[in-house]
Amino acid sequence: MANELSRRRVLGLGLAAGAAICLAPGLPRAAWALDVGQARGLIDDVVNEINRVINSGESEAAMLTQFEALFVRYADVPVIARSVLGPAGRQASPEQISGFTTAFQGYISRRYGRRFREFIGGRIEVGDARAVKSYYEVITTAFLQGESPFEVRFHVSDKSGRLLFFNIIIEGVNMLASARTEIGAMLDRQGGNLDALIAELQRT
Amino acid sequence: MCLAVAGCSAPPLPAVTPDPYEGRNRSVHGFNKTLDQTIVRPSAFGYGGVAPGPLRSGIQNISLNLGLPSDIVNSLLQARPGAALENTVRLAVNTTIGIGGVFDPATAMGIEGEPTGYGETLHVWGMAEGNYVEVPLIGPSTDRDALGLVMDIFLDPLRFTLPTVEANVSTGVQILAGLGRRYRYSDTIDSILYDSADSYAQLKLLYLQNRRFQLGQTVENDADFVDPYEDPYGQ
Repeated sequence: MANELSRRRVLGLGLAAGAAICLAPGLPRAAWALDVGQARGLIDDVVNEINRVINSGESEAAMLTQFEALFVRYADVPVIARSVLGPAGRQASPEQISGFTTAFQGYISRRYGRRFREFIGGRIEVGDARAVKSYYEVITTAFLQGESPFEVRFHVSDKSGRLLFFNIIIEGVNMLASARTEIGAMLDRQGGNLDALIAELQRT
Repeated sequence: MCLAVAGCSAPPLPAVTPDPYEGRNRSVHGFNKTLDQTIVRPSAFGYGGVAPGPLRSGIQNISLNLGLPSDIVNSLLQARPGAALENTVRLAVNTTIGIGGVFDPATAMGIEGEPTGYGETLHVWGMAEGNYVEVPLIGPSTDRDALGLVMDIFLDPLRFTLPTVEANVSTGVQILAGLGRRYRYSDTIDSILYDSADSYAQLKLLYLQNRRFQLGQTVENDADFVDPYEDPYGQ
């Protein structure tokens, strides 16, 4: 409930700030940007939800559904999808972009959700957060059964008007870049045909 | 040596990752995949099916323990006395209390060690990463790390101290440990190799980013970084 409230407030702030920027283009962005604490708070929420799911003892299928819901709720899926599509998105129609976004969201949740199996029985702890360039970075540590702890960084932005994460860096590996490479290769295989790529993502 | 180390800092990362060896690399990648499909993966699953978990982890522990003398030498060459000391204490604890390295009491005591190698030493000495190389049998590497790998094999202190029989046992342990890792991480490895649209490109990306992270080359300096809010369609 409190989360819902603060998220709405952030949305309101984002809109107000957007209006302020239009009226006063010289205003520095830092004046309205969310602070590091809020970014850390978002990832606290995400991590608490993930920890709850991976220790719920539910079936894998039920967990996959919950992971997709978490992805949609806490990540900036439209921006991630457009970034992953890359330059091919420039010639695309709005319908194609929206079709790709929906197909990509399901595809990525199925592809990476299955890997969350390795997280079952483990936990993630949130550590430091800091401002980097135009976004915020929240550093977490994953503790999986029988593995040395490893670092997972979330990149968070409020540029959509809401506080959302747009990238995850696991031990230096950038998931946005990895998805770009994969989607780029799939598009090449379809001879650059975006509609064919969307159909393939829906099947995969 | 202090001068040599102090005189050079980590080389900057290239703006975009060029891949001049791509043609040859892709042939080697195809060869490595075939080798994995026909020999390595089936052997790993055979080993994983026959050897119970504790035996596999014992083999993996021995393999890590056998790597410690080289880790100590490289820590010193990198002018990291703290890491050298930690690796030395780890070797002492696991070789004695851990019964020749079969068990790993050091980790339980908080002495996790600092695994390293000549690739990292060359990096610390200022050698640039060079181009991406896929090495037959071994997999992803770079010019610098491939040279480091050759040095790891030929300059391993154990090479000069172990008698032939023990050296052969050591090689056998390393092979089994490798199969054990192929088995343990099979989900991840299979998804990269057999479930990617372009497994060569995916493996190259994962290796280079993870390797730079291991060497402490920060993400902020990553010129490959694209802010999706600045230019959502940019490349």
